[in-house]
Amino acid sequence: MKGTPWWRNRRLLPLLIQAAVGLTILVVIAFLLGNLVRNLSAAGLLLSWRWLNLPAGFDVSETLLPFNAELPYWRALLAGLVNTLRVVVVGLVGATVLGTLVGTAAFSSNALLKRLARAYVELIRNVPLLLQLLFWYFVIFLSLPDGPAALRLPGLVLAKSGLYLGPSALVDGVWQGPARITLEFGALLTGLVIHSAAFIAEVVRGGVAAIPGGQWEAARSLGLTHRQTLARIVLPQALRVIVPGLNSQYISLAKNSSLAIACGYSDLYAVAETTLNQTGRAVEVVLILLGTYLTLDLAISALMNRLNRLVQIQER
Amino acid sequence: MVLNLRLQLACSLVAAMALGGCASDEGGLQSQKLALIKGRGELICGVQGTLPGFSSVDSDGSYKGLDVDICRATAAAVLGDPNKVEFRDLNPSERFAALASGEVDLLSRNTTYTLSRDAAGGNGLSFAPVVFYDGQGLMVPKASGITSVKGLSGKPICVETGTTSELNLADRMRELKAPYTPLKFQTSDQTYAAYLQGRCVAVTTDRSQLAAKRTGFPNPEAHVLLPDVISKEPLAPATVNGDPLWSDAVRWTVYGLMQAEELGITQTNVDAKVAKAKANPNLADLRRFLGVEGDFGKQVGLSPDFVVRALKAVGNYGEIFERNVGSGSVLKLERGLNRSWKDGGLIYSPPFR
Repeated sequence: MKGTPWWRNRRLLPLLIQAAVGLTILVVIAFLLGNLVRNLSAAGLLLSWRWLNLPAGFDVSETLLPFNAELPYWRALLAGLVNTLRVVVVGLVGATVLGTLVGTAAFSSNALLKRLARAYVELIRNVPLLLQLLFWYFVIFLSLPDGPAALRLPGLVLAKSGLYLGPSALVDGVWQGPARITLEFGALLTGLVIHSAAFIAEVVRGGVAAIPGGQWEAARSLGLTHRQTLARIVLPQALRVIVPGLNSQYISLAKNSSLAIACGYSDLYAVAETTLNQTGRAVEVVLILLGTYLTLDLAISALMNRLNRLVQIQER
Repeated sequence: MVLNLRLQLACSLVAAMALGGCASDEGGLQSQKLALIKGRGELICGVQGTLPGFSSVDSDGSYKGLDVDICRATAAAVLGDPNKVEFRDLNPSERFAALASGEVDLLSRNTTYTLSRDAAGGNGLSFAPVVFYDGQGLMVPKASGITSVKGLSGKPICVETGTTSELNLADRMRELKAPYTPLKFQTSDQTYAAYLQGRCVAVTTDRSQLAAKRTGFPNPEAHVLLPDVISKEPLAPATVNGDPLWSDAVRWTVYGLMQAEELGITQTNVDAKVAKAKANPNLADLRRFLGVEGDFGKQVGLSPDFVVRALKAVGNYGEIFERNVGSGSVLKLERGLNRSWKDGGLIYSPPFR
């Protein structure tokens, strides 16, 4: 390639373009950061993190991590994060189970089940999540009867004072049982699971539909039942298509959990909002929020990518 | 660096020219906010929006209330028309950001005046005079049989997030060594909905607000305010810290409403008082207050007759109080601490001189 001018050099040119784009991005970021620091210092508000060690002064309800108002802000935020993780982890499991059931129901030979699954997906996908959360909390859960009138299901009591798991009994007009879930957590979890499951169901349905019909026919000719075909032949192959789609649904669920405050659950976002309001450190608190949700979602992504490698065809 | 210096030079030149140009007119005072409001022809006022007596939307679609009247008085003082106000409903956690970012010019939203909100190292607001002295209380259903804060031990209590109520509640319960579950919501509608649905045994906020909200309940008589007052809550309008002239304009408009009550000037007799002041050069105090002589208006960035404009729009402080939350309203609150200092209350304006 001797004698080729540099602007026609196919090896150099892409490098130059990439460098130029990279530089532009860096300059924009530097400008934005510089702008932020300049304006903050003009307002006498340089970034500071010392407030994190001041006592919070507010309480956080239903914390897994023990917390009281004397503890510092960072402990409050941590308690909020743990609350977020709790709803996200339980939510992921619940949404996956429900989503898989609904998604595979689309291939059922039972027409009613098929239609119900369809109706569920269409109804839930097309209503905003915030509205659904408000509905679950204010319309359904807060309308539960209390005391002796509470709804009794096998292994579960639904009362206004909470949801009681396991064998529960009424003691002096108050329900007591081995495990109590608050209505706030219950409503948020229900809303998130039902919402995410609708999307996951579509991902599962798409994955199953991608398996050639010949696989079904082959399984049937071997004498496998519908359920066996699904569990042993179709789903394992469909996972290759499903897992990448699941990844983004899982990330969505984690981010959507920040709507918790709509039904009174103290998640990270709710605690951060109170913190922001009390300290006036808007930029710092938002940076913490951004960093935390980003880390959480990247962690979910990393796990899912690992899972994805496992389910791909292993060439031998 | 060189560019920066040049820019600065150019800026100061322009500023100097601008100052020179209007020194005779404005006394060299500048307020970005006032210029912005006048240019826009409208004051943007942040209010609560769903609190009867303080700020709520009437059946005819217009905003009514004590906080709303402060906005209207300010609009009248700045723009000469109490109706040139755009109201923005804000929840407790978004109010300070809305003010700091300039989304609203004035926050008149039953906001408690505190050190951390006023301090430049805290939220950095600039508070106008207190327009309502309040205290935090708790409301419970009459049927619960609870008669004091102590009776709430171990019970869930509904509270709005981002308020002083949330913090005071934590403090008092800690003092009483009483465990409790705070149920926090972002808006007052959600908070009261959860309370009315029976999710919490009590709801807590300023006593005036509890009384106001109770008027909207399906069955107001079924709810009682506990006798305990667990904090002091001086409610005041606020502006951003960075524009002293604009803060002065709001501050002295509010003081004007209070001073007018002290002087017996009302919405109906203000014109007669102006005529009297004009006819009588010996009434120096009255003449200065009503802008017949002197340049007080100019000193706070407003027209000389800014107090007269505000009074014509909404009346004096006593009239605003009675009309919105006092005897002329459904709330029927006692004036209590909110009487003029001459009647033993805390409403006191520094002298207009």
